[in-house]
Amino acid sequence: MEIKGSELFVKALLEENVDILFAYPGGQAIDLFDALYDQEKIEVVLPRHEQALVHAADGYARSTGKVGVCLVTSGPGATNLVTGIATANYDSVPLVCFTGQVPTNLIGNDAFQEVDIVGITRSISKYAVTVRNREDLGAIIKKAFFIARTGKPGVVVVDLPKDIQRAYGSDEYQGEINIRGYKPNTGVHLGQIKKALDVLGKAQKPVFLVGGGVNISHANKEMKQLAELTNVPVITTIMGKGAIPTDHPLYVGNIGIHGNYAANTAISQCDVLFSIGTRFNDRITGKVTEFAKNAVIIHVDIDSASISRNIMVDIPIVADAKIAIKALLEKATALNNQAWVDQITAWKKSYPLSMNYQGMTPQIIIEKINKLFKNSIVVTDVGQNQLWTTQFLELDENRQMLTSGGLGTMGYGFPAAIGAKMGNPDKDVIAICGDGGVQMNIQELATAVVYEIPLILCILNNGYLGNVRQWQEMFFNKRYSSTCLRYRKRCSKDCQNPDKCCPEYTPDFIKLAESYGAKAIRVEQVCDIEYAFMEAKANTFTPTIIEFIISPEANVLPIVPAGNSLSEMIMED
Amino acid sequence: MKKRWICLYVENEIGVLARISGLFSSKSYNIDSLTVGTTEDETISRMTISVTSDDKTFEQIKKQLNRSVEVIKVVDYTDIPIHMKELLFIKINNCSESDKLEIFRIAAVFKVQITDYDKYNVLLECLQSEKQNDDLISLFKKCFGSRLEIVRGGSVAIEAISITNR
Repeated sequence: MEIKGSELFVKALLEENVDILFAYPGGQAIDLFDALYDQEKIEVVLPRHEQALVHAADGYARSTGKVGVCLVTSGPGATNLVTGIATANYDSVPLVCFTGQVPTNLIGNDAFQEVDIVGITRSISKYAVTVRNREDLGAIIKKAFFIARTGKPGVVVVDLPKDIQRAYGSDEYQGEINIRGYKPNTGVHLGQIKKALDVLGKAQKPVFLVGGGVNISHANKEMKQLAELTNVPVITTIMGKGAIPTDHPLYVGNIGIHGNYAANTAISQCDVLFSIGTRFNDRITGKVTEFAKNAVIIHVDIDSASISRNIMVDIPIVADAKIAIKALLEKATALNNQAWVDQITAWKKSYPLSMNYQGMTPQIIIEKINKLFKNSIVVTDVGQNQLWTTQFLELDENRQMLTSGGLGTMGYGFPAAIGAKMGNPDKDVIAICGDGGVQMNIQELATAVVYEIPLILCILNNGYLGNVRQWQEMFFNKRYSSTCLRYRKRCSKDCQNPDKCCPEYTPDFIKLAESYGAKAIRVEQVCDIEYAFMEAKANTFTPTIIEFIISPEANVLPIVPAGNSLSEMIMED
Repeated sequence: MKKRWICLYVENEIGVLARISGLFSSKSYNIDSLTVGTTEDETISRMTISVTSDDKTFEQIKKQLNRSVEVIKVVDYTDIPIHMKELLFIKINNCSESDKLEIFRIAAVFKVQITDYDKYNVLLECLQSEKQNDDLISLFKKCFGSRLEIVRGGSVAIEAISITNR
């Protein structure tokens, strides 16, 4: 049977079991929206901005493990996706983004709302393609979903010219596809596994360093077994946190420029570093020449290009984390390293993470979340709010954390939480944002209200772009250049001392939330935190905004200053 | 730092050249030369790419190329027996009679062809290795300075059958 391209598009989404489509219409996508109008199986969600749309799809994908799907129009619709595409691709999140495009005969003519979105997204996506022939449409969509979800997951952009959407052609949507240039690795080299275990078996001071790859391949259970079987302590990156439960005796904490003392010290002193699913980003290594200087380094990664790029590796293993860990489990044995485990435990006890100033600290707020929300997804924005959350949030099989780790995109948290809640209606979803980042996608209050999404949006309001302010305080003589959000025209330019006389904060988040029809609570004292969370929990039809007024100059500590090795941490203000 | 050669089999599609060259530029790798053309299978193009890099960077380049969906196969030509040729045109303008004699002599000694000339201008066609072309260019620069027009195509290469030296 001959059907229109737009009809095949809908058929393809149904075959791929897409249940939610994050979509914003426009002139060059109108046929696709028309074809979606008659079906009931796919919920079409209309966020208020395309950037928030792609973050929502990202939050949905990260929290469910399914492919997130976006549909936008050409030109500005497509360019508004760019930040979200880069965010998702950097953290290996599977997304398929459909963009409307001007008809093929107008491509290259500088037509109205024409941009070369494939050209723009080429370097920030896993694959990007324009459909140029109606007969290729089905195969390209099939290919897009396959590429997005397999191997190292990522973002695929499919650009759909209007004439292709309208043209009649085959209704066939094929079941399988063979791509000659793309063969994801599904095995593991057992020789390398054996080599790695031989080295690990002889280690006196071994550690596992676990990255986001373990969470992406859902190898948490196996990772825990491997740690317990070998008795090797587990250190994580921010993206790897939760790989084993954070209250596990073998869990040490996060490493990196805001890692804890025990983790950074253990990495610096270990003799075997067994890393799985991390690309040794500069935020975790500190000065690379000093990183795990005395260790034999074993590295499991699905992406061969991540191996020996930042840190030279002694034993590379190219494999999916779960497949590799399962193979390791078959041959691994217990180590005789209790003295080392005890040493790390002692470091943890002597130098715990803590914010020990008076008043309502982010630590207290996050610890309340640990206590009150057992079955939950916590989504962070970017900045201090994110770093505090990655330090103090406890994770296990029932509590998951989503964060923009690679790109560090402000404005990510709130819309991603909307997507996460849509994909997980039975879980409590809590977004933790700063007062800066939340304003980058604050318009999504409308989306959360109209779709009746009862998530909890925590705004940690310190009146600053806090993370940059902290750097200015520590490394730039407290010259608060463009970081004060209370600043008004009448303020002195060189203000360094926020106090009670400062101008009023704008916007008033409470009034703003209420104008959208959301519930809003302002919390200024420790004793009100729990009550606010309980109120939010009881509100099951609209989002609840809780604004926490926190100390303006609270810092994230410890910190490894730029260019230092991990063992050179600043521990206190 | 060392000169390297890669042969790439890629999909013959719009945007693939941009993807490959973009991959080099986004990682700050400079391409020395790149040639591309279709093969016996018209859906596949073959590229011959040359870069100057250290071992670590070159390993990265190969892995990044391999990772691209549009790249079907990457073959490292750096240390295997291959046949490689580059086309070079040299046009020498404003020649005197004695210049022309000299040019014809150079052509005979270096076994390159004179394919066109008139009273004042001579055109040479040189099909040889990139290195030989480099040497010839420096010789012509010495002799004829600013009167030269040079265009070169970048090398194409294929694996050797029986020969074992490069």
